[in-house]
Amino acid sequence: MPVTIGGFVRAILVVGAVSGPAAAAEAADIKPAVVFDLGTKYDKSFNEGVFNGTERFRKEFNVPVAEFEPANETQFEQAHRRFAQRGQDPILAVGFNQASVVDRIAKDFPDTRFSLIDGVSKLPNVQSVLFREQEGSFLVGMLAAMASKTGKVGFVGGMDIPLIRRFACGYGQGVRYADAKAELIQNMTGTTPSAWNDPGRGAELARGQFDRGVDVVFAAAGATGLGVLQAAKDAGKLSIGVDSNQNHLHPGSVLTSMVKRVDVAAFDSFKEARDGTWKGGVSVLGLKDGAIDWALDDNNKALITADMKSRVDAAKADIISGKIKVVDYMEGNSCPP
Amino acid sequence: MRAGGTLPRWAELGLVPLLDVLCAFLAAALVVLAIGVSPLAVLRAILAGALGDAGALGYTLYYATNFVFTGLAVALAFHAGLFNIGGEGQAILGGLGTGLVALALDRVLPGWLLLPVAIAAAALFGAGWAAIPAWLQARRGSHIVITTIMFNFIAAALLVYLLVNVLIAPGSMSPETRAFQPAASLPLAHDGLRALGFAAAPSPLNASGLVALAAAAAVWFTLWHTRFGYRLRVMGLNPGAALYAGIPIGRMTVGVLCLSGALAGMVGINEILGVQHRLILNFSAGYGFGGIAVALMGRNHPAGIVLASLLFGILNQGGAEISFDIPAVSREMVTVIQGLVILFSGALAGFSRPLARGLLAFAGAALSRRAGAPASREG
Repeated sequence: MPVTIGGFVRAILVVGAVSGPAAAAEAADIKPAVVFDLGTKYDKSFNEGVFNGTERFRKEFNVPVAEFEPANETQFEQAHRRFAQRGQDPILAVGFNQASVVDRIAKDFPDTRFSLIDGVSKLPNVQSVLFREQEGSFLVGMLAAMASKTGKVGFVGGMDIPLIRRFACGYGQGVRYADAKAELIQNMTGTTPSAWNDPGRGAELARGQFDRGVDVVFAAAGATGLGVLQAAKDAGKLSIGVDSNQNHLHPGSVLTSMVKRVDVAAFDSFKEARDGTWKGGVSVLGLKDGAIDWALDDNNKALITADMKSRVDAAKADIISGKIKVVDYMEGNSCPP
Repeated sequence: MRAGGTLPRWAELGLVPLLDVLCAFLAAALVVLAIGVSPLAVLRAILAGALGDAGALGYTLYYATNFVFTGLAVALAFHAGLFNIGGEGQAILGGLGTGLVALALDRVLPGWLLLPVAIAAAALFGAGWAAIPAWLQARRGSHIVITTIMFNFIAAALLVYLLVNVLIAPGSMSPETRAFQPAASLPLAHDGLRALGFAAAPSPLNASGLVALAAAAAVWFTLWHTRFGYRLRVMGLNPGAALYAGIPIGRMTVGVLCLSGALAGMVGINEILGVQHRLILNFSAGYGFGGIAVALMGRNHPAGIVLASLLFGILNQGGAEISFDIPAVSREMVTVIQGLVILFSGALAGFSRPLARGLLAFAGAALSRRAGAPASREG
């Protein structure tokens, strides 16, 4: 019975969309679903950010959200196909790993709406959401350089892919913008998706960097970053979290977090579908949209001096106005030295 | 009728495995109960998810196909007294071989020519990967269990290296190759059924399911109806006697393991040619290790392996479906349930034999009482 009602409402919605925009704004009965990225849902970072967004949607509108946590790459396709067959719509795909699968499934189910975070598909029923991670990385890079006493800062990436090099590249530019003499040491955890879920190796890489004089380290590595943050806490150094606001994990040790509001992207995608304003196409979100930012709260307020805050806020305004140009690694697959 | 401790053949092959699985389900039910979910609801979700409709059944059979290949690979080697734990690596190499052929020739050859070549490449690469540990065992005495496990890691690293550095599609962030042309796709079951006039929900079940059945028949024929199979079994039962009888143990070791590796390599055609249509990481997804449990459960007989594969297919597909229906049962929970089944029917295989004996004795007594005769004491 709910299925029929849902179909009926959607039928009305389609008619409404044809007859006039006013009718299309009626809230629809939707059956949203989310397919998480590899790693785990509770990674306190990327996946969990998405989960927070879908959870907020579920509570706010009392709409159940179907979820799937894939165990390996081959399950992406099954998850999307099964969700589409069960009439779930829209379906949220989390992470670049799912781009090719969404491309394929969206073709087979042209009436189902897909939202893809961190990946691009050109199909009309796919909404691709990308972020300008280099902008936020630039800001936390500045903070790292200003907080460092040794003049050496570190970066631990997850899987070595262009997306993570974009983080590293923006971070490096921010570091040098704040302190031209600062030295950056960077490591990637691995070359396969398992690099997103290896806290032990993350901690090892961070300890290695501390031994070489690093005293602030930025982790852009999903659940692997938890190990980096822990190692920094244990060694009495500073760390920078990623994607979700991770300041609360180790108050006093996490300098700040490069916040990528995947939760907002997830929430908005479902909300737009519910409101009938969902549109396919590519959107790129950055500092300007509030989708990328650095985190300042009670947990790290003691670590950020007024001078640091004012310099970063000025740089943020300059990036938004276009006065500072942060080079995007993925544009030319290269980073300025 | 039967001697003291032994069971009739039908009970040994049918009843004991069935009781093993039942015990596993009971233990799993307790675990499910402990997290506050009704075991019956979970069982219903597994069965409906795995067998409920044509699409679900297709998925179950697609998973089962992989287990048939790796189960046969383990069983064949086991009959020769060799424990091939390298199914995982051989499956990876099989997929690599078939993927390389597809990438190189999918714009050149038509499907009817390309597919046999690609399938042969999967078998050849799988066999080749098994040949090295086999040769080391035959010539150098390096133990096959150790070397095949190590070769799993080498295979995984090789695939990562090739996908990350060499074969990755330009502009792609995930380590995967470009998609193959349609010529390099094995026919899908639902397309075939549609051509015959039956509508069927789409599923990844493809022609390699038939290849798996043919492989099971071929393994059965080879083992029990050829000279090679006879030598193989002699070697497994008593290597000393085999040597004395003039069976070339070294050459047999290499030959058997190559066949075993070729079977495991066929996982590659199901995954790469049948479903993914591109080379990706981790497509072997543990099927090589699952094959060991399948072979144990199937008592190393092709028919038993096909049945055990069906059970594992149901668990895999039903397990994936639970998370759609009962969110409280997470991915880790599904792994626990599958692990219990493997524990009871693999590691503890035959653990329910006394139970089976008791059941039989009880049934025998009941039957004879009914017939008016005094209860037999021999059960």
